[in-house]
Amino acid sequence: MIGQPLVLDAVRLVRGSHAMTFDVALDAGASAAVIGPSGAGKSTFLNVVAGFEQPDSGRVWIGGTDVTGADPADRPVSMVFQENNLFSHLTVAINVALGIRPRLSAGPADRETVANALARVGLQGFEDRMPGTLSGGERQRVAIARAIVRRKAVLLLDEPFAALGPRLRRDMLLLIKKLQAETRMTMVFVTHQPEDAARIADTIVFLDDGRTVASGKAEGFLDRRDVAGLADYLGETEY
Amino acid sequence: MTKPFHGQLLGRRQVRAGIISGAAVMAGMAVSIGAAVYALLAAAAEFSSGTDPVFTAYIWSVTRFTLLQACLSTIISIGLAIPLARAIARRQAFAGRKWLLRLLAVPIGLPPIVAALGLIEIWGRQGIVNHALIALGMDSPVSIYGLAGILIAHVFFNMPLAARLLVSQLERVPAEHWRNASQLGLGQWAVFRLIEWPFMRSHLPAVSGLVFMLCITSFTLVLLLGGGPAATTIEVAIYQALRFDFDPQRAVILALIQLLLTAFLLLILTMIGGSPDEQATLGQAAKRYPGRGVAARFFDYGLIGLCALFLLAPLVSIAISGLSADFVRLLNEPVVWRAIFTSLAIAAIAALISVSIAATLVRARYAAMPLAYDYPWARAFRLSASGASSLVLLVPPIVLGAGWFVLLRNRADIFAVAPFIVITINAMMALPFTVRVLEPAHTTHMARTARLSSALGIGGLDRLRLIDWPGMRRSFLLAMAFAMALSLGDLGAIALFGSQELITLPYLLLQRMGSYRTNDAAGLALILGIVCLVLMIFADQGRKSGEAGAQL
Repeated sequence: MIGQPLVLDAVRLVRGSHAMTFDVALDAGASAAVIGPSGAGKSTFLNVVAGFEQPDSGRVWIGGTDVTGADPADRPVSMVFQENNLFSHLTVAINVALGIRPRLSAGPADRETVANALARVGLQGFEDRMPGTLSGGERQRVAIARAIVRRKAVLLLDEPFAALGPRLRRDMLLLIKKLQAETRMTMVFVTHQPEDAARIADTIVFLDDGRTVASGKAEGFLDRRDVAGLADYLGETEY
Repeated sequence: MTKPFHGQLLGRRQVRAGIISGAAVMAGMAVSIGAAVYALLAAAAEFSSGTDPVFTAYIWSVTRFTLLQACLSTIISIGLAIPLARAIARRQAFAGRKWLLRLLAVPIGLPPIVAALGLIEIWGRQGIVNHALIALGMDSPVSIYGLAGILIAHVFFNMPLAARLLVSQLERVPAEHWRNASQLGLGQWAVFRLIEWPFMRSHLPAVSGLVFMLCITSFTLVLLLGGGPAATTIEVAIYQALRFDFDPQRAVILALIQLLLTAFLLLILTMIGGSPDEQATLGQAAKRYPGRGVAARFFDYGLIGLCALFLLAPLVSIAISGLSADFVRLLNEPVVWRAIFTSLAIAAIAALISVSIAATLVRARYAAMPLAYDYPWARAFRLSASGASSLVLLVPPIVLGAGWFVLLRNRADIFAVAPFIVITINAMMALPFTVRVLEPAHTTHMARTARLSSALGIGGLDRLRLIDWPGMRRSFLLAMAFAMALSLGDLGAIALFGSQELITLPYLLLQRMGSYRTNDAAGLALILGIVCLVLMIFADQGRKSGEAGAQL
């Protein structure tokens, strides 16, 4: 599984009274954190990549392919949401297996793939559990296991750990970092915690007021003084 | 959501007044309903000592038919409502979607007698459907009278109700599920099995139970569309036994059977979770990514179109034939004006009584709330105060009326007390609805104001004038509108107790239909339909904005 470069080329869209402009290029296998104030358009950014929102103009490229008009199902993209990632009336195994093929039964080969994926997220033997019996962190692990078996080029995470406590969140971030290093997926995650970004991302994209203001190497990004609005967002402006 | 506050917010005197008045109202209701049931039981005991067989073949066949038509009506209504709800929920953005959802609410607000007239105009001997069938080469017209007509009418009333409830259920599916489904490339069938069906299934028993209950207790539609003894339900048979055959024995037995049926159903309904609630369906729903296939689109829009046509055709027909009625002559008839005034007077008084009873019960429940944590009797009291309003469902208007008819038949001039009985029955009939409007409004109102007013020491009449009335006025008026519309459209009580001295609009309409003065009937139906719809729309709009306000 190898990541593909992800490019949003002059993407513009208007939602209500908000005009948004996304212009960003991520390398194959990048691990990018999207940060910015509430309402800056972080979730919209992911929705455009996944195909849940259609841009009014501009193009979205994944690898060498223009996916701008493609259906969500036809894009090499997996997405993990903050909640409701699992169908609550289906077992963990079937929820993961849906990532391989949209059927309600899994063959022996699939079952092994599912078991492997669950093992990689630290949930060995959870196949027959129901989502309702899992903790919030465990449910998110199942969703990540499904993203692993989908073997897509791009993984999008929309604040998937925002509802978890600090310790759990750190564990999950380390897990994600490890899996990303193993699979080399291109990963984009939205976060409200700049320290998360510093911890696992190699690239940071800063959004403000519906625009991609800047993107670049994570190292030292948060200390940059040339990015308009960044210091303000981080709460470092002088009074 | 406001967190319930469990402290003592009412003064000692207010609590006592609330509980005592609640108990008095409940006692009054128990006596009036109990008297009817007692009269039925006593009469039955008296008859069973006679020699005639109690359970005649006729009674069995009527009971069987009642159950049969209710089963079929429920199956067809739900069977159509599921794909319709699915199509409406899948297609989030088509022109007229809002109007379609409103159209689904219309039959519930329409007096059954008006709807029946519209259905006869479309499906009857002279209707469009038969013309079309004959043009297509059928030999003889299809009759709407009998089982077919009853089913069409019940589907007309209940399919949209069920569809609305199911749509609101589907709109509760988290948006992430739809996104997941589209990202995973799930097909239509998988989406149905994985998402839509599980979400609807949890609501189906309650929705089906409600529809079944409505079909078991439906009187007007069966009276107008049933055909002879072969297609008669228990309620209609009670009416015929009392008004035409003067056979109180048969009426009593039938009424007791009906009582058993509704009691059994109510028990089951309570066990499966009571009546389904409807969330506002017009709000912003999750974005859907439905199949773009031509077949799926054709199916969805085809179904939506057919259902809209099925619901609209009778309404349009009522409007057209109503407008061609001779209103000048109609409005020059004193009896028409008398019917209008009688209807309005009965509806207004019944609504006022219903809202007062509801308010007293709601207040009593609230007053007893803090005590319920310490005293079992207070818990029991609160439970029976909420049960009192559903007790009305247990004893349908016709059964209640039959009970009083039997009770009073040798003791008083039934037709002299008829107006009071009709008013009482109409008031009770509306009670479940008025309580449902008032209770949440009262809870929110108290949560907002109770602590503040007791802190400021505002009580008694001042509180009523300054705080409670301004805060609750809206809900009172809504409940009034609801109750008035129900009473205006009611044919059950008035069919039993109506006479040349006591004529309401539906009763007059029934007479004109019976004497084949269809032109008059159409005009009266239009008047009645418009008045009821206006009241219902008013109540419905207010209920929705009231709910939105309650979330602040």
